[in-house]
Amino acid sequence: MKRRQFTAAALAAATFAAALPALAQDNTFKIGLILPMTGQQASTGRQIEAAARLYMAQNGDTVAGKKIQLIVKDDTSLPDTTRRLAQELVVNDKVNVLAGFGITPSALATAPIATQSKTPLVVMAAATSSITEASPYIVRTSFTLPQVSVALADWAPKNGIKKVVSLVSDYGPGIDAEKFFKDRLIFNGGQVTEALRVPMRNPDFAPFLQKVRDSKPDALFVFVPSGAGAAVMKQFLERGLDKAGIKLIATGDVTDDDQLNDMGDGALGVVSSHHYSAAHPSATNKKFVEAFGKANKGMRPNFMAVGGYDGMRVIYEALRTAKTTGKATPSGDALLAAMKGQIFESPRGPIFIDAQTRDVVQNVYLRKVERKDGQLYNVEFDVIKDVKDPGKTR
Amino acid sequence: MLTILFDGVAYGMLLFILAVGLAVTMGLMNFINLAHGAFAMAGGYITVLLMQRMGVPFLVCLPLAFLGAALMGALLERTLYRPMYNKPHLDQVLFSIGLVFMAVASVDYFLGSSQQNIHLPVWLKGRTEIGSDPFMLGMGHYRLFIIAVCAALTVALQYVLTKTRFGSRLRASVDDQRVAAGLGINVNLVFLSTFAVGSGLAGLGGALGAEVLGLDPTFPLKFMVYFLIVVAVGGTSSITGPLLAALLLGIADVAGKYYIPKLGAFIVYSLMIAILIWRPQGLFVRKAGK
Repeated sequence: MKRRQFTAAALAAATFAAALPALAQDNTFKIGLILPMTGQQASTGRQIEAAARLYMAQNGDTVAGKKIQLIVKDDTSLPDTTRRLAQELVVNDKVNVLAGFGITPSALATAPIATQSKTPLVVMAAATSSITEASPYIVRTSFTLPQVSVALADWAPKNGIKKVVSLVSDYGPGIDAEKFFKDRLIFNGGQVTEALRVPMRNPDFAPFLQKVRDSKPDALFVFVPSGAGAAVMKQFLERGLDKAGIKLIATGDVTDDDQLNDMGDGALGVVSSHHYSAAHPSATNKKFVEAFGKANKGMRPNFMAVGGYDGMRVIYEALRTAKTTGKATPSGDALLAAMKGQIFESPRGPIFIDAQTRDVVQNVYLRKVERKDGQLYNVEFDVIKDVKDPGKTR
Repeated sequence: MLTILFDGVAYGMLLFILAVGLAVTMGLMNFINLAHGAFAMAGGYITVLLMQRMGVPFLVCLPLAFLGAALMGALLERTLYRPMYNKPHLDQVLFSIGLVFMAVASVDYFLGSSQQNIHLPVWLKGRTEIGSDPFMLGMGHYRLFIIAVCAALTVALQYVLTKTRFGSRLRASVDDQRVAAGLGINVNLVFLSTFAVGSGLAGLGGALGAEVLGLDPTFPLKFMVYFLIVVAVGGTSSITGPLLAALLLGIADVAGKYYIPKLGAFIVYSLMIAILIWRPQGLFVRKAGK
């Protein structure tokens, strides 16, 4: 008899104890932000974290009666680490949303976890087209490489560039860029005379650029991850490709705002296409750049930062509008539904989360590197409105 | 065509300066130092930091990079490396690869992981072109500068090792430490200075190479393979072996990437395998030895 009572009491206590964290949790809304904070891609992580914190500082940390808690984890760009961290965040911390993801393999490795746990996953950086197809719970606020490459292939033939050699880093996004640029350029009556792929661990661009020079195209189209851009540009000039009448056109990764100033005058005049420039002339962006600099010792936000900032906006807004019963935290599916179809004014311009593909639809700008107030900026001179990811229209 | 040859020679010369220190420690001192690239990286970062933060001119940075890396080499030789000389090779390899990872992590922590840029003086930026199209020779001034510096260093090294008293002491110490010590040669000092000079040369190579090869915290890992190929193919018994091996490697790499870009990265390795099957001791090895 006594024993039975004890067991019952213990059981009751146990249930109560188990219920406690659940109760406490009802009032917090956790966002698991997985980023490369160390290693080669550390600048991506730094930019996105700073932007996410800025968004929270500007918009308060309480939304729809819930306290927002940001849990930042460093995956050092190793996909298996990303996956493990995501699992821990979902199982132990019970996060409501996963976000971040610096490189494509990290996002792809985590996709099954989002699907199984029905947790929305907001991609703030990785840019290979196929990522959003890996799980129905993935939403992207950054950009896709086909999106920006195609814009450049539309612009080039109208400006006397018909014969192009492409040079890309040999991995997912690079191959995306090469393929979509080439297809669109041919469609527009141009031609890609040579498609060069540079190994990721390539010590010296010299032989590739010499080859470009000898094949005498109108322009060289480049995609390399942001760190390697400066080396390409320098050797482009050193080899005298500019004097041989070859233009350098690139995706905006090459003239990354984060590093543009260090690249020196060699970068002047480079034409690139991208969705964001720190010099974008809008009131929203001016405010964003100023606040970002003030909060981070004068750091300039780049396209990664804007992806993080808008990602936070999408999450906040989803939490505010998601359908839910009473005061309960909305389910993953409800949040996902509320993320789809959001339209808003971002620092980069108007953007739209396509409800079908869950990918971002946005303006792609053509920019030229110019000196402004003693600093180098990507100054926008043309825009292609509302570009949908061409990787999805097949 | 000639331009490709020229670029290959410049690249090879750079590899030689980076790897020659390794050839010396491995061949003469019989120590496998995988951390060699870390000294090269140190030289590169010394240059970048001096130029960016203090505005020191490029030409002044080069000797400072040499001295800095040499000093670091001397310090580490005295404290960490010396007890390792008599250990088996596996211990040496594990020890030095550990050093590499520590170097990578600490540079990452203190200076960040992004690529560093060097702004060369204007007179090194130009390019001279001779001849007309099929036989045109285009020479970047900076690459010309690299070739000149490296050639001068090679001659000096060869002279020191074969013609001077220090050279003969070094060779004596390597051949038999006990007898050399008995003859009144301070073996420890000889090894210390050799190691320091080897590290210093790597540092200089890192400083010269930052513009061409790029510079980030993973530098020692990225180029470790190249150093080892140079040493393996060239043999370690002389200076000329690694020199010719480095030139061969540089030219093959550049030409391979130019003519067959799809195979670019493989050419070097296939070449190495072919050579090592043909001559397992390395291309330019003298008979006998130890």
